[in-house]
Amino acid sequence: MSHKMTRGKKPLLPQELHPMDQWLRSERMPHIWCAGCGIGPTLYAWVRALDTVGIDKDKVVYVSGIGCCGRGSGYLDVDGFHTTHGRAIPFATGIKLVKPDLCVNVISGDGDIFSIGGNHFIHACRRNVDLLVICTNNFIYGMTGGQLAATTPIGDYSTTTPYGNIEPPFNTPYLADASGAVYVARWTSIHVRLLEKSIAEALRMKGFRYIEVLSPCPVNYGRRNRLREVDDIAKWFWQSSVIRHGADTREVQIEKGKPIILGNFVKREKLSYYGELKKLEEKVKRAAEAKK
Amino acid sequence: MGKTVLTGKHFWYGNIAIAEGAIAAGCRFFGGYPITPASEIAEHISKRFPEIGGIFVQFEDELASMAAILGASWAGAKSMTATSGPGLSLMMENLGLGVMMEVPTVVVNIQRGGPSTGLPTLTAQGDVMQAKWGSHGPYEIIALSPDSPQEAFDLTIRCFNLAEKYRVPVILLASETVGHSAGKVIVPPENEIELIDRKKPTVPPEEYLPYKPDEDLIPPMAYAGEGYAICTTGLTHNEKGYPDVSAETQEKLVRRLNDKIRKHMEEIVDVEEENMEDAKIAVVSYGQVSRPVKRAVKMAREDGIKVGSIKLITIWPFAENVIRKWAKQVELFIVPELNYGQIYLEVKREVAGNSETVLVPRMGGKLITPQEIYREIKKVSKK
Amino acid sequence: MKPETRKEVMFAGFGGQGIVTAGYITGEAAVVYDDKVATLTQVYGPEARGSACYSGVVISHEEISYPYPLNPQIMVVMNQEAYEKFLPKLQQGGVLIVDSTIVKPDKLAEKYQLYKVPATEIAEKMGARVIANVIILGFLGRIWDAISVEALQEAVKTRVPKKYLELNLKAFQTGVKLGEKALKKKIIKR
Repeated sequence: MSHKMTRGKKPLLPQELHPMDQWLRSERMPHIWCAGCGIGPTLYAWVRALDTVGIDKDKVVYVSGIGCCGRGSGYLDVDGFHTTHGRAIPFATGIKLVKPDLCVNVISGDGDIFSIGGNHFIHACRRNVDLLVICTNNFIYGMTGGQLAATTPIGDYSTTTPYGNIEPPFNTPYLADASGAVYVARWTSIHVRLLEKSIAEALRMKGFRYIEVLSPCPVNYGRRNRLREVDDIAKWFWQSSVIRHGADTREVQIEKGKPIILGNFVKREKLSYYGELKKLEEKVKRAAEAKK
Repeated sequence: MGKTVLTGKHFWYGNIAIAEGAIAAGCRFFGGYPITPASEIAEHISKRFPEIGGIFVQFEDELASMAAILGASWAGAKSMTATSGPGLSLMMENLGLGVMMEVPTVVVNIQRGGPSTGLPTLTAQGDVMQAKWGSHGPYEIIALSPDSPQEAFDLTIRCFNLAEKYRVPVILLASETVGHSAGKVIVPPENEIELIDRKKPTVPPEEYLPYKPDEDLIPPMAYAGEGYAICTTGLTHNEKGYPDVSAETQEKLVRRLNDKIRKHMEEIVDVEEENMEDAKIAVVSYGQVSRPVKRAVKMAREDGIKVGSIKLITIWPFAENVIRKWAKQVELFIVPELNYGQIYLEVKREVAGNSETVLVPRMGGKLITPQEIYREIKKVSKK
Repeated sequence: MKPETRKEVMFAGFGGQGIVTAGYITGEAAVVYDDKVATLTQVYGPEARGSACYSGVVISHEEISYPYPLNPQIMVVMNQEAYEKFLPKLQQGGVLIVDSTIVKPDKLAEKYQLYKVPATEIAEKMGARVIANVIILGFLGRIWDAISVEALQEAVKTRVPKKYLELNLKAFQTGVKLGEKALKKKIIKR
């Protein structure tokens, strides 16, 4: 391992190394996440995919918002930006447009991306900004103690829906698809290998790519919804999920008692926003030259 | 590539002068959302940036705009947004993040009448206090106020220089009168425009601590993608940039964020004094109001009244030493402003009862005339 | 003390008539081509088209203390509603130029030195209604000593699309000639 790779960390003996150690800020461990949480496996799949695709660590940018998942950007040994609630996508847009050679990723929670940041999500899809957005959807506001989210299934309990949720949740792959994302997939944090493959596929593409990762929160979601034990949600995901690549995103809404549709739903070719900007620049340049 | 510095003599609206000032300062990323009376800045930049290789994005709102210019700055670009009161209210969230993460960027506020939607097409100076502490938490910020299109050009460049030097978002607190009035603007040759760029790390990545300040209290800034593995957060953080929500870390960080501005007051604060040598009355003004004030002071001098003018170019940090100094000589301070008393309160605080202070407020969306200020000077001089 | 050397003109009309453009050309002519100091301001409603609006230009040799017109010596009026709304702002005995195709001055106009320029009619005959303001600018340049005809013409050149340059210059010269005639007829107090 080169000195640069360790960034001054004391090199560890092979048996002390976590398989993903080169990606971790080990000195920041232990992390804040609860046992059974899906964020860790999601990040594991992400860094493995980065390795698989062979992306230079120095070119990886991780932008997060607020919430449990927001903390991830500070645990990994890449350029990490822990921003404000909901604004990770526009912040990342600023970085990517100025340094188009960087691999810019937004990994954040459902509250961050779809409630307070919902508007930024659909507009970034529409513009086709060159970002990979991974949303760990745990159906709840975990960090603040279990309040209603825009993804909480109808009828479920939270600290602000003590009589059951009456609001329909977002079908987030459909939202991304309809808004113009070039890649849309859904996995769960239990399906680590398939998730990793999906992330690798997305990393090889340009444009706005979205992957929803259903993620257990036994403490603040499961506890109030008869999924109290660490593996209750995992079992629910495992037993109810059906893999259907290319599924019509209109038909992948999550409803209790019905199958959870997973898969790589959308893959389309479209010039990214940066590509369009460069095209525009060319057009302006040609017009200026014609004037001369 | 198109020309970046339009050296020469121009007849420009203040908003155009601001856009050209930004381009001359090296701004190459603009994220904004249209709003009266600031939209012409975005419009002009959207036309100019494709000619010179800048990135212009009209975002979905001001929340996104402010977040994006922070991201762009972290990637190494000089960045800017432009808005008016209602938009600045929305930007306050990420302006605070910019203060906490120490991100150089420039926010232009073309002030209009408020509160709320207020007077969209008319002028005001009602956002002075919002510029200081509109975001939550204890922080110091820099704000400059131009009185004309020429100053709008010059001060926009200065805003960028201050932002780069002190690693802080800087506000150009202009107004509808300045943005929407055209005037003579002289753009100097490119090599005569002094530009400052942020400090870069001088140590290798393994030794770099993103929030370890130099002696001047300002930490050098690495960009995304340079191998420094920047760690930054809006949470209270230590020198490594790691969240550390302890009382000691918060105390140390907040003190430094404030002190890096306070300890450089002399360098940041800029005022213009006229006829002050023997003044018993001083008119303290800023922005567009300064021009009629200068005229009114001349008129009153003709009448033998010992009156002078103190024009604040830097609004924040407040020119407290200047006011304190003159309070020893001046018997009465007049503060005309297009609000119901904001800078007036600062003047009063610094005068600390040693002299009288008189507020001349205007809120109708109209600039106060030289005659009106002259009458106020006459009135108080008879006391 | 010496009063400021302010010279002020107001252009009043209707959104879409080139009222602000006329003001801009005047200001640019003064600053860039006559090497003076000038300011331009405008007042408009929320409507993009069809409301009374005005632009005001102040020209001086020194720093201008107040960018808005305080006591305009000249007012150009190109719309009846604007005439009724803004005429009282014109200084007593000042010069009132109306586009007589559109504006019918009443008794109020008697207080001023009135000039009727059928600008829109002439412009229509020349094939483009939109150049009425350029005809007026030619007229103004000729009768007002605050600005030179040459400077105005230069500013017109830089502000109009190349395709319509010739037409605009013709319109401008037509206005200058009308101004010339008017000067011969009346002695204008400047």
